[in-house]
Amino acid sequence: MALTRNSSPHAHGPRSTQWVMQQVLIATVPGLIVLTSFFGIGTIINILIASITAIGCEAAVLKLRQRPIGFYLRDYSALVTAVLLGLALPPLAPWWLAVTGTAFAIIIAKHLYGGMGFNPFNPAMIGYVVLLISFPLQMSAWLAPSGLVIDGTVAATPGLRDALQIVFAGNAIDGFTAATPLDAFKHNSGLLVENFYQQTPQFNQGRWAGFGWEWVNIAFLLGGCYLLGRKVFTWHAPVGMLGGLTLMALFNYDGGSSASNGSIIFHLLSGATMFGAFFIVTDPVTSATSNRGRLIYGALIGVILFLIRSWGNYPDALAFGVLLMNFAAPFIDYYTPPRTYGHGKSGTIIHRSKED
Amino acid sequence: MSKIWDIHGGIHPAEHKALSLGGPIRTVPLPPTLILPLSQHIGAPAYPVVGVGDKVLKGQLIAAAKGFVSAPVHAPSSGVISAIEEQTVPHVSGMKAPCIVIQTDGNDSWIEHSANPDYRQKTAAELVALIGDAGITGLGGAGFPSAVKLQPRQPINTLIINATECEPYITADDQLIRERAADILIGIDILAHILGRPERILIGIEDNKPEAQQALASALKNSGNTDNAGAIEVVEFPTKYPSGGEKQLIQILTGEELPSGKLPAELGIVCQNIGTTHAIYRAICHGEALISRLTTVTGQACGKPGNFEVLIGTPVAHLLKEAEFDAQRCPKLIMGGPMMGFALPDTSVPIIKSSNCLLATTAEESPPPPPAQACIRCGHCAEVCPASLLPQQLYWHAQSKNYERLEAHHLADCIECGACSYVCPSSIPLVQYYRAAKGEIRLIAEEKRQSDRARARFEHHQARVEQEEKDKAAKREARKLAAEAAKAKREAEAEIAAANPQAALDASPSAGANDSGELDIVQAALARVAAKKASPEDQRKRFERAIETTAARLQKAQQVLAAMASDDSAEQQIKRDQQRASVEQARLRHQEAKNKLAAIETDQAANGPGDIAAKPATTNTASADPGLDRAAAAIARAQKNAAEQASMSPQQKLQKQRDALEKRLGKAQTRLAQAESEGSEQVEAFNHAVATLSEKLKAADLELASGSQDSGPAKVQTHTTEDSN
Repeated sequence: MALTRNSSPHAHGPRSTQWVMQQVLIATVPGLIVLTSFFGIGTIINILIASITAIGCEAAVLKLRQRPIGFYLRDYSALVTAVLLGLALPPLAPWWLAVTGTAFAIIIAKHLYGGMGFNPFNPAMIGYVVLLISFPLQMSAWLAPSGLVIDGTVAATPGLRDALQIVFAGNAIDGFTAATPLDAFKHNSGLLVENFYQQTPQFNQGRWAGFGWEWVNIAFLLGGCYLLGRKVFTWHAPVGMLGGLTLMALFNYDGGSSASNGSIIFHLLSGATMFGAFFIVTDPVTSATSNRGRLIYGALIGVILFLIRSWGNYPDALAFGVLLMNFAAPFIDYYTPPRTYGHGKSGTIIHRSKED
Repeated sequence: MSKIWDIHGGIHPAEHKALSLGGPIRTVPLPPTLILPLSQHIGAPAYPVVGVGDKVLKGQLIAAAKGFVSAPVHAPSSGVISAIEEQTVPHVSGMKAPCIVIQTDGNDSWIEHSANPDYRQKTAAELVALIGDAGITGLGGAGFPSAVKLQPRQPINTLIINATECEPYITADDQLIRERAADILIGIDILAHILGRPERILIGIEDNKPEAQQALASALKNSGNTDNAGAIEVVEFPTKYPSGGEKQLIQILTGEELPSGKLPAELGIVCQNIGTTHAIYRAICHGEALISRLTTVTGQACGKPGNFEVLIGTPVAHLLKEAEFDAQRCPKLIMGGPMMGFALPDTSVPIIKSSNCLLATTAEESPPPPPAQACIRCGHCAEVCPASLLPQQLYWHAQSKNYERLEAHHLADCIECGACSYVCPSSIPLVQYYRAAKGEIRLIAEEKRQSDRARARFEHHQARVEQEEKDKAAKREARKLAAEAAKAKREAEAEIAAANPQAALDASPSAGANDSGELDIVQAALARVAAKKASPEDQRKRFERAIETTAARLQKAQQVLAAMASDDSAEQQIKRDQQRASVEQARLRHQEAKNKLAAIETDQAANGPGDIAAKPATTNTASADPGLDRAAAAIARAQKNAAEQASMSPQQKLQKQRDALEKRLGKAQTRLAQAESEGSEQVEAFNHAVATLSEKLKAADLELASGSQDSGPAKVQTHTTEDSN
């Protein structure tokens, strides 16, 4: 038998891109369970619609690009984009919302830039922002978490039949919606934080940071810890983001006056904080490359997140923060190369060229 | 227990070491053929000192080291040299290279060799020479000549013995330590003696070799041979690949980083592989050159894996047979470990000095690499890189051939350990990209160096030509001025003459006023020549002086050339070239002066001393000018040659041409030899010249032979014709 010859190394670790993507999908399960328990079947419907769209779009584009379809579909990257976008969309949003967002994410944000590994922006976040800007009404209609008591009525989520009718037939969902804690907090006018919390059902029935949402965040934190434990990514980007957010909240809390921007715990366990910190900011393709760079990248996303939440027009701002920092990632890379063994200060790449 | 430091990155691949640790070191029956590549080490290849058909004894020198960084090769067993030819050698490229092939005679009889068990009575230089003569190179894999490492310019305070053996599968060092720890300690003691007893001697070993550590510890306890046994310390550290890299081991044991591009000696450190210390022990205490080594033969495709004491040059196929290798199950055969080893093209290649492992893998063990996917910039490669590089950035820039950026990202500091490729989830063969880029960068640098040199030479030449032009122009200008001055003077005289015709007539009785100017010039020139030639004694003295001064100049130029630093920087080489040119010039001047003097002396001899002074008219004639004389002689010679040739038969002509060619070839060969011994740059050019000349000579011979046949007895030809009929 002829001996095969290839260059070293001849051993390979157990990891594959496929495995990494599978881990991410597995890690979304706790978040998905909690979301479903509070907001009903809507999120799962979102994810299913988005997944089918993503796989269809991916296959179509791969065919157009004359790439092996099966080989690339098996890396699960399209599925991850779809699941992340599906988790981020409001439950029971009309079906075309998920379809439009996912198609845009896969076709334009991913493949027009060269496909897997070459996209400068996080596809799921591009899809989300396109929807948020184009369809603000649908994108801000969040359901009330089931079990939340507003004005004496206990909120409940529609059953499967109703849900399908809402999503596909366009039945109204007005009866089920309520402001999210971030929304509610943004519209606090003139009350001390303590008083506001006591008067608002989202907060007076919650434990730390708003009924339902605090548990969603904790679930995503759990999933994130799983990924950290499996070493899918390093701690730098998430810790950077949570740290940036924490510091901003710390400096702007002012003890809970009427002009307060919210406590640290409120910011950490609200909206998309944990989902973003462990599932979006950690996207390796669109983030900085070195550990130091990722710390900075994450921290700046945390800062932008806080700035827009506090003083911007949107109640939450993860997608904007991430996309803005996607822009800046190469710039951060440029200034944060690690110090190579046997070399002095790391400097920047350009300075290195000069010194050589 | 001394402190240890951690290194950045690293991986923990499956070890598979138990596979080959089943029993003691095994021996291999003498193979019928031994193949010994001339280049088994880093540095210049050795050159054969035996010929085909020579009988050699075990341990006999068969190829000698060439230059400082090189290593000799010895016959691993007795037998006959059957060939010196190109054969496939164990190299990553699968290339062919010159090898000496020995047919063993089965006697395995040793050449006479002398042991030096009392090495402490010897000087460091003597021991280093013995180690160099024994052909010892680093046995860990890189194959750097050990003697070179043992002649550091800096004082050494730390001797590090590398017993890490961090690659999976390989257990040769482990087994060696288990069985021969006492010998190893003597080897280390020899090294310590050579390096002037460094303060610290550290044996670095991973924590996956407890038996080897135990063996070292008990040998240290028992060692009566090593008086500084207390100074040797066995340092254990956690198993992690690639802790065994020299730079990494230095960091683990001393906490210091080896600055990029520096040698360990500059930190006062010398690193040696533990297998090498054993070879050094054999060389010094038993007088045995490096003719065998311990090689691990392992992998699932081996029925009986293990560690073998194998002769250098043993064909891989012969060794594999001992390990019950199953070729059907082995799609890939690796020399070295799975991380840094290279796949062999076939089993005919020999084991060389740096072959620490033969890994016969099954398809399950080392599956063909899956197709590479796009980089998802996950950064695992950067996390595991022991050099703290950014492998994915290197990959981008290597793909786009952006060599400037690659250098800015310190590609040169990549040790090619393969950790990045190992962890890459997209199965990108990163190291392969780096190797290719490194090769490309080396090539570009070399081209640049050469073009720089060529440019410098050209500029130098240009400047010289310009200067000559300037000098000539200045001379022309001076002559012109002189002529104008003379003309002015003449005109003035003519005026005077016109004013006073009688006086003019008196001044030049034989010519009219009109042509007096020309006459004057001729006369003036004649007078000048006469003045010059007038006193041959003066002339002689002048030439003698010239000889003295030119000799002095030549000597000085040669001294300057000799004193010039012999480093290879382009600038230095240019300077050397210039100096060489000036030496040559000085030599020519000197020669010229001598020739002239000789000419004068012969002149004088011919004319009789003092005669010349008495007969200025004779010297004035052109025939006395030595230069003209020589020209005339040359013409006469050429005429004579022509006449001779005309009178010669074509056969004679050919013969003469051939003789001339032979003479030229002889000259070219001596020049080549000289250039080689000086290690000059022009070796290649001379080589070429010799080749061309010898070809010409051969052609001439052929022509001559055919000519003699043609003109030979007609019978022969008739005979052949008859035959063919």
